[in-house]
Amino acid sequence: MIGHAEKSAAFVANEDRAHWHDQSLWFVRAKRDRQASAIPEWEALREAASAIKTHTLSRLADYLEEFERKAIANGIQVHWARDAAEHNAIVHQILAGHGVTHLVKSKSMLTEECHLNPYLESHGIEVTDTDLGERIVQLRKEPPSHIVMPAIHLKREEIGELFHIELGTEKGASDPKYLTEAARGHLRSKFMGAQAGLTGVNFAVAETGGVVVCTNEGNADMGASLPRLHIACMGIEKLIPRARDLSVFLRLLARSGTGQPITGYTSHFNGPVRGGEMHVVIVDNGRSRILGQETFRRSLGCIRCGACMNTCPVYRRSGGYSYGYTVPGPIGSILAPQRDPEKYASLPFASSLCGSCTDVCPVKIDLHHQLLAFRKVLVDLKAVPLQKRLSMAVMGFVLSHPSLYRIGGGLMRAIVPRLPRSLVYGPWNPWGIQRELPPMPQESFRDLIQKEPS
Amino acid sequence: MSSRNSILDSLRQNVPPLAPLPAPINGINGIRYADPIKQFEETLTVAGGTLVRATAPQDLASALANIEVYASAAKVASLVPGIPSRNVDLSAIEDPHDLEGIDVAIIPGKFGVAENAAVWIPGETLTPHRAIFVITQHLILVVPASEIVDNLHQAYERIHWSPNSFGIFISGPSKTADIEQSLVIGAHGARSCTVILL
Repeated sequence: MIGHAEKSAAFVANEDRAHWHDQSLWFVRAKRDRQASAIPEWEALREAASAIKTHTLSRLADYLEEFERKAIANGIQVHWARDAAEHNAIVHQILAGHGVTHLVKSKSMLTEECHLNPYLESHGIEVTDTDLGERIVQLRKEPPSHIVMPAIHLKREEIGELFHIELGTEKGASDPKYLTEAARGHLRSKFMGAQAGLTGVNFAVAETGGVVVCTNEGNADMGASLPRLHIACMGIEKLIPRARDLSVFLRLLARSGTGQPITGYTSHFNGPVRGGEMHVVIVDNGRSRILGQETFRRSLGCIRCGACMNTCPVYRRSGGYSYGYTVPGPIGSILAPQRDPEKYASLPFASSLCGSCTDVCPVKIDLHHQLLAFRKVLVDLKAVPLQKRLSMAVMGFVLSHPSLYRIGGGLMRAIVPRLPRSLVYGPWNPWGIQRELPPMPQESFRDLIQKEPS
Repeated sequence: MSSRNSILDSLRQNVPPLAPLPAPINGINGIRYADPIKQFEETLTVAGGTLVRATAPQDLASALANIEVYASAAKVASLVPGIPSRNVDLSAIEDPHDLEGIDVAIIPGKFGVAENAAVWIPGETLTPHRAIFVITQHLILVVPASEIVDNLHQAYERIHWSPNSFGIFISGPSKTADIEQSLVIGAHGARSCTVILL
């Protein structure tokens, strides 16, 4: 199985570009810090958000039923999908029932997770992602590399070249303003021609039976207000109990994600557009199973702000595609192996466990603790390479036998400096691929301490 | 078993111990500003919008006349009582797609929020076509100066939810930073957002 380290090799090899990517994300992280420090009650907000999510998860079935009841009273049609296949079939059935041939979408990581676009396209429906970043990666036939900034891995020249080929912009033009204007014209014609709009859901409110969608571009509102048919797709964990709880989450979401006090448009859809239809598709797709796991259930509190990615030293230096999953970064490294521990076994190891993700998480998910805990799960499942498991077993044995540790240390100090480089940095030492061992000291720390006058 | 019941059953089998629901904004002392209007203006400017302070309702027409996009607009749709539309008859529009081509929409906002420059627009204000605020090329929001709250907690205390409704917070013009993190105003929705305080 190709793991995170292998997938990131090409990204890391281009040092200038990896550095540029690192700096781009750190810029967003710095904006987040400025916003967070301007709010004296920031920590109280995080506490409240965490408590609301913990409570909601402890009564999730009840709140989903309440949401469904209120949504139906609002004139919304509610659908339930156990998995991705059922979700895709439901969406297709709604679209087919209305004879839809052109669908406009605003950002939805859930539909990425379910691979909705290729499914609908195979049924003859043209799907246009309308978030600018998402449209860029869609035209490149790539998935998003970040959940909030889908094209963060691309340079303006690459987007300029893409738009030249796809949208007929001037060859060599790469001014973001010019390119955005071209996309605006292109996508407006898509909005005018679509018979249906699909949006994700940032928050679903049990009390009102409505959903809230946040964008900066206004694309969700174009898609949900121009066509007569609006489909909103949500994971079961998007629920919050009361409308007033939105104030807590909305104060945190954009500040944490992009360093803005709020997104440009925060739309509350509590029913269909006049003369139209609104559908909500509620999707499980493995989430209820995560709920049963005490160590990992808090990962369901995630509001998909992306702060943990922006701050993660591994994500910043390896790029979103190294993770090979819809949601990359620290939170993705917990969610992905829940889905398939064998396939995503390397992800919980793609972390230095520095804890920066946990520090910035607006809902206080204990991300780095979960990453560590997942390593144990994977070792127990034997999903980790034999080499790693063996070396762990040897280290475990040595560290639990102090005399063996002392003898081993002494041997290492005596032998390693005399060995030829090829022997120390052979293929059996993946640790040494990009790292140098420090010079071996003459004496151990223990020797030094014993010489100190007491 | 239906998918609905199977999901709910699975959730009930996996349910964690009940955790208490905190009271809304429990323990949160929402930020207050010495001068909320000044804060609103500063935040709106950062969000790419412009604030205009008109001293009295009768100044609205002259405040509008000073806004370049309004003065030069061919088509103006107004939802503000007393301010006429120009070359647009909203009541005659059946299909929201026919709103395309409107240069300026003037829409009353219920209140503003100082901490994030968001203006609350209840859906009924937008009747009959809620798409008006996003399809217009430029947006002018008219908000009573007395209705600027400090923070979002106070804002949600003011909102009344009726069944089958729509409501939106708008903070500045449409924008994107999806190309190399450089901010561009005017992605899909309004290319400019002017808030007039009365």
